[in-house]
Amino acid sequence: MKRRFTMKFQPESTKKPLTYHLIKDYNLKVNILRADITEGQEGRLLMEVEASKADLDKGLKFLESEGVTIIPLDQHLKWDKDNCIHCGACTAVCFSGALQMDRNTWEVNKDSEKCIVCGLCVSACPLKIITVEFR
Amino acid sequence: MSVKKTYSEINEKIKKGEAVVVTAEEIIPMVEEKDAEAVAQEVDVVTTATFGPMCSSGVFLNFGHSDPPIRMKKVWLNDVPAYSGIAAVDAYLGATEEKEKNGEGLYGGAHVIQDLLDGKKVKLRALGTGTDCYPNKEVEGYITLADINEAFMFNARNAYQNYAAATNSTSKTLYTYMGVLLPKFGNVTYSTSGQLSPLLNDPEYRTIGIGTRIFFGGTIGYVSWNGTQHNSNQKRTENGVPVGPAGTLSLIGNLKEMSSEFIKAAVYEKYGVSLFVGVGIPIPVLDAEMVKKVAVKDEEIYTLVIDYGVPKRGRPVLARVSYAELKSGHITIEGKQVPTAPLSSIKKARNIANILKDWILQGSFFLQEPVQSLPANNSVGPMKLKGACEE
Ligand code: SF4
Ligand code: SF4
Repeated sequence: MKRRFTMKFQPESTKKPLTYHLIKDYNLKVNILRADITEGQEGRLLMEVEASKADLDKGLKFLESEGVTIIPLDQHLKWDKDNCIHCGACTAVCFSGALQMDRNTWEVNKDSEKCIVCGLCVSACPLKIITVEFR
Repeated sequence: MSVKKTYSEINEKIKKGEAVVVTAEEIIPMVEEKDAEAVAQEVDVVTTATFGPMCSSGVFLNFGHSDPPIRMKKVWLNDVPAYSGIAAVDAYLGATEEKEKNGEGLYGGAHVIQDLLDGKKVKLRALGTGTDCYPNKEVEGYITLADINEAFMFNARNAYQNYAAATNSTSKTLYTYMGVLLPKFGNVTYSTSGQLSPLLNDPEYRTIGIGTRIFFGGTIGYVSWNGTQHNSNQKRTENGVPVGPAGTLSLIGNLKEMSSEFIKAAVYEKYGVSLFVGVGIPIPVLDAEMVKKVAVKDEEIYTLVIDYGVPKRGRPVLARVSYAELKSGHITIEGKQVPTAPLSSIKKARNIANILKDWILQGSFFLQEPVQSLPANNSVGPMKLKGACEE
């Protein structure tokens, strides 16, 4: 299964290379989508993890024992659909297929499941109605 | 007998509520079923529309006189400079003008226009030099669209008849007015409503000319002139449709009657500000010849794919494709399948074509025959700078 999480941690609170252990000891495929760490403050890491359910549970337990807070994410891209003019500029850069143009109605549709939060559509939208938000 | 209709005959039908009006998309299957003569007999007006970013847009404003009066030499609206080198309290605010000190996120003339339309208060600041007849040197305060005397949109170039599609051969992402172009032919963007686009349905400007009454930003407007860079000399296919950027229109209309549903500020990152403008143009079905023009479909409209990675005026042309191909979602460039995406909203264009259709059906919009045709043999020249300027 594939899951996305935000890991919240104090950078100084853990000395272990966490992702290394996740990959090596727990058999998780880890993809870091976004890192947001301010010096001396709480860090946030947005990651996508692929693993079996059992491995995933063990891996998450390990993280929690290391003082990391795990926030599961389903939707972290905010799209103000009511103000969307369906120009399609965002679909030009969305390679995960999360934002797609319906070629009959010419409306943009969003499939949050596919979003990897690359942020490209945020730059591409001329109306600035897409924002990436950490929960 | 072949069908011949005049503007006044069509207007008479509109008045009686008898006119048959369809959109430029709806007429396509009709022409596939019946011959052009029969369709000319049946249909009176075809509505076309586009809703895309149009940089060469702006508004003339008259603020009224202050007491004591001022002759404005510099004007800012929400800190965006407007041009005031005209009469005392007149100014022109261009859509792409930006706030002098932009913080996070660009704010420009287009945003001021949208704020005015949304009924928001806009900060006006003006400086004068102080003259005997205009002693005041500075005014500052808030205005709304309702408060000022006149506000009309006057756009120098809108509704481009065909426009080249854009791609990027380089290894870095380009931020352009054609959107974000991903490296190594990562994508192709195009900006037109294709078979619904006004000038593509009247490719040789038979009915769209100076004085044509149109849908403009949610209200009634007019074609005031040919637009800048009007390139009627562009190469054309057999049906008269240009194969690249060709005709353009200069448009005018009352901002006070417009709606921000059809006028929207846009920001193209690392490029600047632009304005989405909604334009709808009715085309009278004068005869079977006209039917053949408005029946044009995406398969028959071609454009060029241009490499924005080459920073030259004459950017290389990489492919010639039809809008049907562009709209399919991908095209092939140098053997590679490249995804395509539009920049102008086809959904909104359809919406506008239908509104205009309703206005005509309800008898609240009549056709205006052009008072003069657009220039037929216009070309666009490059900048002809001569010599160096000596200080
Ligand atoms: S770029 Fe923005 S306005 Fe255009 S379709 Fe996407 S979300 Fe809507
Ligand atoms: S963030 Fe990236 S993947 Fe998600 S919708 Fe935007 S462009 Fe697509």
